[in-house]
Amino acid sequence: MLLNNRARYGLVAIALHWLMAAGIFFLFGLGLYMTDLDYYDSWYHKGPDLHKALGMIVLLLLIARIPWRFLNVRPEPQGRPWEQRLAHWVHNGHYVLMVLVLVTGYLIPTAKGEGIDVFGFIEVPSIMLLSGPQEDLAGQVHWLSAWFLVVLGVLHALAAYKHHFVDKDDTLLRMIGRKAVTEPRKGKST
Amino acid sequence: MKKFFVPALLVSLLSLPVQAAEHYLIDTSKHHAFITFKIKHLGYSWLLGRFNDFSGSFDYDANNPSANKVDISIDMSSIDTNHAERDKHLRSDDFFDVEKYPKATFTTTSYADKGHGKAVLKGTLTLHGVKKAITIDVDQIGAGPDPWGGYRRGFEGTTTLHLSDYNLKKANILGPAAENVELYLSIEGIRQ
Repeated sequence: MLLNNRARYGLVAIALHWLMAAGIFFLFGLGLYMTDLDYYDSWYHKGPDLHKALGMIVLLLLIARIPWRFLNVRPEPQGRPWEQRLAHWVHNGHYVLMVLVLVTGYLIPTAKGEGIDVFGFIEVPSIMLLSGPQEDLAGQVHWLSAWFLVVLGVLHALAAYKHHFVDKDDTLLRMIGRKAVTEPRKGKST
Repeated sequence: MKKFFVPALLVSLLSLPVQAAEHYLIDTSKHHAFITFKIKHLGYSWLLGRFNDFSGSFDYDANNPSANKVDISIDMSSIDTNHAERDKHLRSDDFFDVEKYPKATFTTTSYADKGHGKAVLKGTLTLHGVKKAITIDVDQIGAGPDPWGGYRRGFEGTTTLHLSDYNLKKANILGPAAENVELYLSIEGIRQ
């Protein structure tokens, strides 16, 4: 139930997937919104504070998710061989981009030794001081990797719909914890 | 004639450095020099900051102070207001655009001695690609030998810059209270 098997994802993997998907898309929207706010807007400070705190929670989820993914068995990929290869690289690409966007996001506000306050519960300390140009580079990587990540996420979602509506296999169903009652729906190999 | 000419030339050459201006390098390697600023936050308090990296030199001639001059080059990416996110914003093209304008420079146009160590230093500040004539009130703090075999001379200077002079894209968001930036410079030079 909690662990994956060859036919379906376990509850932990499913929860991590959807919590992080929601977190990342929310953070992306908030990030675009907050960097465009007027200095006198009431969200000028609230927006970045929320962005940083949520970002730290998503980073924590990522730290839990990476070993979970690589230690757990993975459900059988579906679709044609080239689709499976593509899916493999899209999935790995998500991990690379998530690491990039979350680590650079952490590095920006902590560049001068300040920690990140997470809703008043804990303060994530700074572990690495950056010079101005290094911090600016972290900012550029953060912005670029965030864009790549959401674009890749959208492509990933479109591919899931394609599996569900066109191929009529259970790729999407098994990620929402449902499974065909009898045998898994097989992808049509046209 | 020739025999006397050579020693005479040597003597005049040797005596030249004594009469000419002393040249000083600003002691930035041991950080005995500071370029700090303050600007009002919302009109309610002062926000303090400084530039951590800069270099420069000055010429000082006690007998001919009008020849005194200072040259300073500031690494704009070293702006430090003790808050990483604010400093990042200040480096961005909303403010100083340090990628495009990495340096700010000051070059002297005139130095008017006012006695008792005080002077008025005029020069050109190039900041964010904009050249402005500025006037710095100078006060000599002291001069003399240091314990390590060198000779040092130090000044402080103050001036007020106007934010709207420098064509900074988002400077206006800070409000009218933030129009004036007070600069305070503390400069110690080591005689070369």
